[in-house]
Amino acid sequence: MQKSRLLLRERFSPVTYLFLSIALFLTMVLCICVGSVRITFSDTVTAVWNAVWGLPIPQNIAKNIILNVRLPRVLCVTLAGASLSICGAAMQGLLRNPLADGSTMGVSSGAALGAIIAIVIGFTIPGSAYGGTMIMAMAFAFGSLILILSLAYALDRSLSTSSIILIGVIFTMFISSIISLLITFCSDHTRSLSYWTLGSFSGVNYDQVKLLFLALLLCGGVLFRFSPELNAFAISEDNARHIGVNVKRVKLIIMITVSVLIGVCVSISGTVSFVGLVMPHIARMLVGPNHKRLLPASLFSGAIFLLLADLVARTLLSPIELSIGVVTSMVGAVAFVIIFNKTRKAR
Amino acid sequence: MLQGEHITVRYGSFTVVEDLSFHLEEGQWLMLAGPNGAGKSTLIETIAQGTPYTGSIRWKGEDIRSLKPSELARKIGVLAQKNNVGYAYTVEEVVGLGRYAYKSGLFSGRDDDGKAEVEKALEITGLSELRHASMLTLSGGEMQRVFLAQVFAQNPQVLVLDEPANHLDLKYQQHIFSLIREWLKEPGRAVLSVVHDLSLARRYGTHAVLLDHGKTVSQGLIADVMTPENLKQVYGMDVYAWMREMLSQWQEPSQPDAGI
Repeated sequence: MQKSRLLLRERFSPVTYLFLSIALFLTMVLCICVGSVRITFSDTVTAVWNAVWGLPIPQNIAKNIILNVRLPRVLCVTLAGASLSICGAAMQGLLRNPLADGSTMGVSSGAALGAIIAIVIGFTIPGSAYGGTMIMAMAFAFGSLILILSLAYALDRSLSTSSIILIGVIFTMFISSIISLLITFCSDHTRSLSYWTLGSFSGVNYDQVKLLFLALLLCGGVLFRFSPELNAFAISEDNARHIGVNVKRVKLIIMITVSVLIGVCVSISGTVSFVGLVMPHIARMLVGPNHKRLLPASLFSGAIFLLLADLVARTLLSPIELSIGVVTSMVGAVAFVIIFNKTRKAR
Repeated sequence: MLQGEHITVRYGSFTVVEDLSFHLEEGQWLMLAGPNGAGKSTLIETIAQGTPYTGSIRWKGEDIRSLKPSELARKIGVLAQKNNVGYAYTVEEVVGLGRYAYKSGLFSGRDDDGKAEVEKALEITGLSELRHASMLTLSGGEMQRVFLAQVFAQNPQVLVLDEPANHLDLKYQQHIFSLIREWLKEPGRAVLSVVHDLSLARRYGTHAVLLDHGKTVSQGLIADVMTPENLKQVYGMDVYAWMREMLSQWQEPSQPDAGI
């Protein structure tokens, strides 16, 4: 048999995950160390280690910066990057569309609109500071997903790659204009426009870390559980039906799960584009398209990518902090063109 | 085993299949024949529950709409007409998905026969060598064999095949059709297939349904259905004469070529 047909990833092994987790750990430490105040590697590790085990932290360490500013931010970015990336991987599998992602399909914008409406009308859930915005973000994310898919279906029954993206882009523009309108009239209620459209992780705290962690654990677990079904969908929806997948049910579950996770992310950090588009592709190059391996690999690579993007955003023009979306979109737009070109050639 | 009653499929105001009924019993190979647009593939999709229809399709008396998708997949294995893959799955991964119906559900992870079935399916379709190859590098015929292998790995009682010979070269055409006929010899099995090549249909089919514009022209034993009159009515040409003309191209040379 021709050697060229053999896949590189036949050499794949669990070592890939070991490598990815070490890389993630080092990136996290790096992101805590680097900033307007430089902190040494050993101080970072000592502070976090001692805090975790309840030990006293030496006086000379910048405890406040490490534990109350950088660590929650780094954790939040890690979890959000991981979440957005597995959502992208799941949608690319479900829709068999390598360009699908919360941001390209307009789901994130929908979620942002939901969050803003919740803030403007003062929709809250008693006992939870973020509950109201989060629920609305999730609901709007799901609503947008359904709307975009039905519009794309009406346009072209085969749900082709480009028609979904086209509808997504137009939908995003439409939603963005509504968001600007709302913010213009109610600017004293909500955060700035750039926060919602480009995202930011400044000022996050441990409550948000906990929420993100919980959401990722739950939704990530569901998506991982459905990896055989995602594989079947990635081959084709018809094939999924033929091998006995409950197509409607599984589709609905995955879409709800993805909407919930994107909703939580957006209500915490605004819309951070392109993470979910680009990182699953990198992960696919490393471990192949099988979602059992792809989802964990996307999780790691998404987290690392977003950490680095956040690092660049807050240090590049220091003391001015850029929106994180500025960085992810710059990388993502180039990647989008490359991926789009590759898909067209493959047809 | 499998019985369709008064199946009608409409896309908007356009009727694709009209009031079609069929019976498939154990040991039968039912051929769906008819020109392009007769509704053959649509009928396959209705059996696969992929398109809305009126009427009923029954499995041993039970309406298949009431079966769970995984239950249905263990009874009926469907091969679609068009198969392509968007991502670089390996051959083995795609064939392995044929076992999905046996391990779906949250707490039923074990599928002891699975590995052996997948192995067997790869072997009989001649894909053992290609098991680690990416689907994106396969030719049309290889791809077709992969999806056939997936259906075999699914180990159903009825095969429902839309153009199983699609993209296959002659060697594999013969191989796959003999394979299906061998498969059919086990008790409790039946095959329903769309086959464009009428010679293949006659050679391997036991029964046939002849369709034209969604309507049944004739059905019954293959020899009773594929008469010159019926075929002429459906295809608008003298099929028998055409086939004979084709065959006449293959007469042995009267003088054997000693030199070669």
